Amino acid sequence: MKKLLPALLAAGLAFAPMGLAFAQDGQGPTENTAAEEAAVGTDASVEAAEEGHAATPHYPIRHPEQMDWSFAGPFGHWDIAQLQRGLKVYKEVCAACHGMRLVAFRNLDALGYNEDQVKAFAAEYTVQDGPNGDGEMFDRPGIPSDYFPSPFPNSAAAAAANNGAAPPDFSLLAKARAVERGFPTFVFDLFSQYQEAGPDYIHALLTGYDEQPSPEVEASLQPGTYYNPYFISGPALAMPPPISDDQVEYADGAPQTVDQYSRDVSAFMMWAAEPHLVERKATGFVVMLFLVVFAGLLFVVKRRVWAGTPH
Amino acid sequence: MQWLDARLPLPRLVYDSFVAYPVPRNLNYAYTFGGILALFLVVQILTGVVLAMHYAANSAIAFDSVEKIMRDVNWGWMLRYMHANGASFFFIAVYLHIFRGLYYGSYKAPREVLWILGVIIFLLMMATAFMGYVLPWGQMSFWGATVITGFFTAFPLIGDPIQQLLLGGFAVDNATLNRFFSLHYLLPFMIAGVVILHVWALHVTGQTNPTGVEVKSSKDTVPFTPHATIKDGFAMVVFLAIFAYMLFYMPNYLGHPDNYIEANPLKTPAHIVPEWYFLPFYAMLRAITFNIGPIDSKLGGVLVMFGSIIVLFFLPWLDTSRIRSTAYRPMYKIFFWVFVANAIMLGWLGSKPAEAPYTWLSLVGTIYYFGHFLIVLPVLGLVETPKRLPGSITEAVLAKSGGGGGGRPAGAAAAPDTKG
Repeated sequence: MKKLLPALLAAGLAFAPMGLAFAQDGQGPTENTAAEEAAVGTDASVEAAEEGHAATPHYPIRHPEQMDWSFAGPFGHWDIAQLQRGLKVYKEVCAACHGMRLVAFRNLDALGYNEDQVKAFAAEYTVQDGPNGDGEMFDRPGIPSDYFPSPFPNSAAAAAANNGAAPPDFSLLAKARAVERGFPTFVFDLFSQYQEAGPDYIHALLTGYDEQPSPEVEASLQPGTYYNPYFISGPALAMPPPISDDQVEYADGAPQTVDQYSRDVSAFMMWAAEPHLVERKATGFVVMLFLVVFAGLLFVVKRRVWAGTPH
Repeated sequence: MQWLDARLPLPRLVYDSFVAYPVPRNLNYAYTFGGILALFLVVQILTGVVLAMHYAANSAIAFDSVEKIMRDVNWGWMLRYMHANGASFFFIAVYLHIFRGLYYGSYKAPREVLWILGVIIFLLMMATAFMGYVLPWGQMSFWGATVITGFFTAFPLIGDPIQQLLLGGFAVDNATLNRFFSLHYLLPFMIAGVVILHVWALHVTGQTNPTGVEVKSSKDTVPFTPHATIKDGFAMVVFLAIFAYMLFYMPNYLGHPDNYIEANPLKTPAHIVPEWYFLPFYAMLRAITFNIGPIDSKLGGVLVMFGSIIVLFFLPWLDTSRIRSTAYRPMYKIFFWVFVANAIMLGWLGSKPAEAPYTWLSLVGTIYYFGHFLIVLPVLGLVETPKRLPGSITEAVLAKSGGGGGGRPAGAAAAPDTKG
């Protein structure tokens, strides 16, 4: 029994502090609300973290529903058709306001498009290049090495055109949003490998516009904002309901509903944020297999070495 | 080899330190974290050096250069996740290593210098990790740096100049990023230097062991190779497997989503929280919400936070008990586990907003933390009646394994199972 104690010390501690500390996860960022200006320029001292939270209601009002994603779990993989649909939704709807500046057209080969298709896709965009020999900037059709152009030249222009709230860039959004899971869920997440808080949140937000606020919430809403109980940092956000049924035509017969659009674009955004996700998990499986077998072999050798030595 | 040994006795040094070096025969798996930490220092330096080839320390492009590593550099995603999660696992290992030292009294005479060097390594690790977290230039990087360098302004007179020296200006900006990158590259090599002293000091005094009784004869020890090598190696691979699980399956679990948003000096995140390994200290910082005489709450918090680490330097002289191992100190054993639970609670409180129940719980936790070192350890050593110590390591081992010479004790098989 004496031996067990240090081992428990090791095993127990390995997980406990790690787990407990992660309640920090997922306090949402705040770049969408029109009411956001209040936080700007807050004194950034220790007190900044201590300013009165006591009276603040906790957002989001409703936690996102956990969806089934093909890329979840240890053997996660992309649903290529879904990513293609997501790209279509992004291109036809979201791209009007949201950029995706870190994703290049050449990356689209991961979505099952061949080189010619990628070239054709890129050529649909106009990209500013230059300066040319005369020192002039000029426009040309996009090529695969170009990145998705942003709809606004800078965030001030984006905010000015959108009621004061700049639409966030999509490149990393699926990793930059997560609703806090709370204790003890985040401990279970360690074993269920739950890493899909981002796409779950985006799906919930896009499908969450239909609900009616309670009267007292309704009274507190800022003009020009739209009530959404899933919004991470307030009761309402500046983005109007972005998409409606049958707005985007699907060639593959998938249902043309807001719910389906939301799933597809969320999956697409996860790919945009973490393009090597599937490769990562596949590599991980091989590495884990190797380490477990290696550990087993080492354990056998260790027992042989120590066999004649009571310890 | 003999040719070299006659001119530079490096082979002999290695042989004496890592092959023939006698280690107590009864070391358990809690003693394997030293080797694991050495491994992780190497992993961090190797991945860090490669990452630095692709990273650009400029506030305009730092965030994008990290994303370039994630997207376009071959295996860049793996290097970066290894480095980021490696830091967390470095801290998991170092905390287990420290708690092992506390449990088995590894800080007591004649190992005070060994312990103090360890605390210095811990401090350097904290500085390195903090500066490394700033480099991706996300929201939490920026605001974490703003809050933590803001601590120094609490000190009267010298506070503001110190902060400006750290930041290279009046606010976190490009100058800050550049000097943090430079120091983040430098400090690991300083850690490596202190690690060499740490291992040197260890090899002068020899290791402690779970009984706390010093080695008395060669029967008490086994040669480092193969006994300790294979045991450490096994523990390393098990630890690496846990590391690989996080690295490949949930690499962002330990991070904060806000750090995937580029730093913006005009937008403060709703909650600024440090990385998990700083949370207990962050909780102690925020526990002081009241003024004490001339010391306002901010300075009080900062003093408490720095004090919580400085007190560790004095630990060898605060503990008055002459018994090393907690296994033979029935009362201290209880206090030890309360201390562990308290440290975990403080970590949890550090992640919570500074609201009503959490702040006074933090205060209770802080008082216990200091009480443990300043009251429990000095007093308990004088009043506690320890259990009878075994005459030697061999006696303890043989008593446990039923006096047999060849039988393998059951506990040895159980230990790795509970750990894996």
